[in-house]
Amino acid sequence: MDSINLKPGDVIKRHRLSTRIWHWTNALALVVMLMSGLMIFNAHPRLYWGQYGANDDAAWLVIDDAKDTGFVEVAGVRLNTTGVLGVWTDAEGTLRKRAFPYWATIPSGYDLQAARRWHLTFAWVLSLALLFYMGRSFWNGHVRRDLHIRKAEWSPRHIWNDIKDHARLRFPTGDAAKNYNILQKISYIGVIFILLPLMIFTGLTMSPAMNAAWPWLLDIFGGRQSARSLHFISSFALVAFFVVHIAMVLLAGPVNEVRSIITRRYRLPGKAETDQGEPA
Amino acid sequence: MSDNAVIMPRRKFLTGAALGGGAMLLSGCDVLTESPGFRSVLRSGEALNKTAQRLISDRAALAPEFSAGDISPVFKANGSISGATPEYAAHVADKFAQWRLQIDGMVQRPLSLSLAQLTTMPSREQITRHDCVEGWSAIGKWRGTPLGMLLRQAGLSTKARFIVFHCADSFGVDPYYESIDLIDAFHPQTILAWGMNGAILPVQHGAPLRLRVERQLGYKQAKYVMRIEATDSLAKFYGGKGGYWEDQVDYDWYAGI
Repeated sequence: MDSINLKPGDVIKRHRLSTRIWHWTNALALVVMLMSGLMIFNAHPRLYWGQYGANDDAAWLVIDDAKDTGFVEVAGVRLNTTGVLGVWTDAEGTLRKRAFPYWATIPSGYDLQAARRWHLTFAWVLSLALLFYMGRSFWNGHVRRDLHIRKAEWSPRHIWNDIKDHARLRFPTGDAAKNYNILQKISYIGVIFILLPLMIFTGLTMSPAMNAAWPWLLDIFGGRQSARSLHFISSFALVAFFVVHIAMVLLAGPVNEVRSIITRRYRLPGKAETDQGEPA
Repeated sequence: MSDNAVIMPRRKFLTGAALGGGAMLLSGCDVLTESPGFRSVLRSGEALNKTAQRLISDRAALAPEFSAGDISPVFKANGSISGATPEYAAHVADKFAQWRLQIDGMVQRPLSLSLAQLTTMPSREQITRHDCVEGWSAIGKWRGTPLGMLLRQAGLSTKARFIVFHCADSFGVDPYYESIDLIDAFHPQTILAWGMNGAILPVQHGAPLRLRVERQLGYKQAKYVMRIEATDSLAKFYGGKGGYWEDQVDYDWYAGI
């Protein structure tokens, strides 16, 4: 498929089996990790920097309630979030005073032990899947061929043009749609090699037994409470990626995009020259 | 056949699918959380975590110790903040002068030790971090008697596999209790603390004796320890899961993570 110039409408084989399996395993694991993580956060909805941090220590982020008003307080600035964060009504219409609402957490009601079981079991799914996918992607050339950013792509002009194209929702068509563009490469590399490992290692840093086994974890992240803060921030970076990712899929043609990550078949976008008949 | 009946605008379909999918996911997860079969799947994480953590750490790998400057200005007193029995109140009133720590169960020489005896034995001081299962941490300086030393004095039976700590506090159901295995019991940082931040251990933090098992979470750090029992099985104690919160709300017995 590299030798000939492909046209819009041509159907190519896109995502390898390892990519498709990992994509959906990871998607499931991430949703469970996020939602059970938010439930765990509800047990102590305050974040700190440093080695220690509890109710009497200064928190940089607090989600709480005061007189039936829910609020988020970041670095001393308080925002009223009643109805969504801090104070909200559950599915039965009962007023609840917890940080994240029932529709964002697993389980939907306050249950620290169950949330921890979900979180600490699916952490294995997430980590082993990532490890397997990283290994596989180096082995089968996915990293070198598809994710590797070429020298020319690093030019500020090239990156700027790609940003402009994205902003104008002008997506590549035909042959150009075969490869990841620079913004895709940066975000996929960022997720696979930076954000997900950061989630795993900041998560491990919160474990007292891991601190005894690998004390360097605390040195890297600056303490257990700093690791907890970074864990939270990275999780919302992943949420941001998820939102943009879904938006791009919807804008680029959801049926074709979703089909390619399930069945591998991907129709190159753009105006198909239908009068020439079906592509072979 | 009318096409209009089956065609749904894409946006409406996607919104509906997202909302419906979200609601299904939510209620589905709650159903799974309650289902015994799936609970056992979720429980497998605990065994996996314990095995993996024990595999990568030396038996005697030390929890990080901090310097005096790292100590929390306020160490949060959590859980129960006093013993619940009349006997405990009497011990507080006479400053634990009549109090004795019992060490029995599967040991060759049961011990009964006064606080004065414990505080004059060799002790260990450590500045360590206390991690609550809820997510907060506090750093404090502990001084106490190494548990391993006491267990050697008592002569642990070869059948003993766990050490159970019977406590004087209660949340209204069973009395508080906790248990650890022998790897943690003989760990050099596992102490029965009678001093905290340079003073005698205050009542709210578990006077006269509090377990410090530094590689695990806060609920394992039993306060108000009255009696220590060596056993071959946890099944015979209360709910059988090895600790008060383990029995009541199904917290992990192994709390290394």
